[in-house]
Amino acid sequence: MAPTTEVTTETGLPQGTWRIDPVHSSAAFAVKHMGVSTFQGRFEGIDATLSVGEDGTPWLVGVARTDSIVVKDENLRAHLLSPEFFDVERYPEIRFASDAIRVEGDEVAVEGDLTIKDRTQRVEAGGRIHGPITGLGDSIRLGISLEAIVDRTEFGIDWNAELPQGGVALGDDVKLTVELELVLVA
Amino acid sequence: MRILGISGSLRRDSYNRRLLRAAAALLPPELELVIFEGLKGVPPFDEDDEPNPPIGVRTLREAIAGADALLIATPEYNSSIPGQLKNAVDWASRSPSNPVLLNRPVAVIGASTGMFGAVWAQAELRKAVASAGARVIDRELPVGYAAEAFAEDGNLVDDEMTSRLGEILTELRVAAAQRAAA
Repeated sequence: MAPTTEVTTETGLPQGTWRIDPVHSSAAFAVKHMGVSTFQGRFEGIDATLSVGEDGTPWLVGVARTDSIVVKDENLRAHLLSPEFFDVERYPEIRFASDAIRVEGDEVAVEGDLTIKDRTQRVEAGGRIHGPITGLGDSIRLGISLEAIVDRTEFGIDWNAELPQGGVALGDDVKLTVELELVLVA
Repeated sequence: MRILGISGSLRRDSYNRRLLRAAAALLPPELELVIFEGLKGVPPFDEDDEPNPPIGVRTLREAIAGADALLIATPEYNSSIPGQLKNAVDWASRSPSNPVLLNRPVAVIGASTGMFGAVWAQAELRKAVASAGARVIDRELPVGYAAEAFAEDGNLVDDEMTSRLGEILTELRVAAAQRAAA
């Protein structure tokens, strides 16, 4: 089938199979630290595919390798990889899958299943969609930004430490942000 | 499969060493428990020594790396972990090129002459080794009144304690087998 970027009326999404440009895409997390600041980290090893059928049926799948986590301190990274956090030895991937995507103008809402440490929760993410446009090298590109807030304890990531004067070291709510630059492949 | 037993007490005839021997007696033939004899030889942690770790540290790390799992029996000194045992955990947790505690299954048990069976030390030791990246069995075995806790043959007198020790060893073995199969 020849590539097409015809936008379906069903979901507002352009038809075709889209794969992320990993260099220009990102997946990050942010969590309240010591009650006073927001600590941020990211996953370098990510992949995602968006498939939109002629009838507009969408399927968005994303994967992040848990051992690709990037933070500034080596000891912190080791702690995050350990069984107390992501337990990368047993759970090498974080997965997201959605077949419920709605577009209105440049706003997009996605509902799907997020799986971390083999626990799956239904998650709603909202954001923006831009394109498709013709990029450099004549590639057809689509941009999707999504944000969701999840409770990490629902995924078995419940480590914490009490602070000397009350409160805890880490918040339970984690903001997940993905910036996807998708390239039409079929 | 090999379990490395570490007694947090350096005393030759310590109750925690006896507890490790009681654990060894519960193991099936295909599992061996080897008691680590080098705890006293681990020097105080000093970052200046990290580029060229002393022999006592290398011995400790090699012993842990050569084991499928760890069983640590700790006494309680001043409501906490003995300093030399914590020092060993600190050394073992370093060496980013080969973090010997990372993902390694670890169970913590303990004995004390008092009523509480080193529960605080056990909780703090679980916290410390978990922080070092170990896969910690979420169980405790507080053997109190240790002077009367062992029979002539070295086994625990209390059947319920023996049963709990057996369950901890089973969980440790399962975690080690799961890791080996991965």
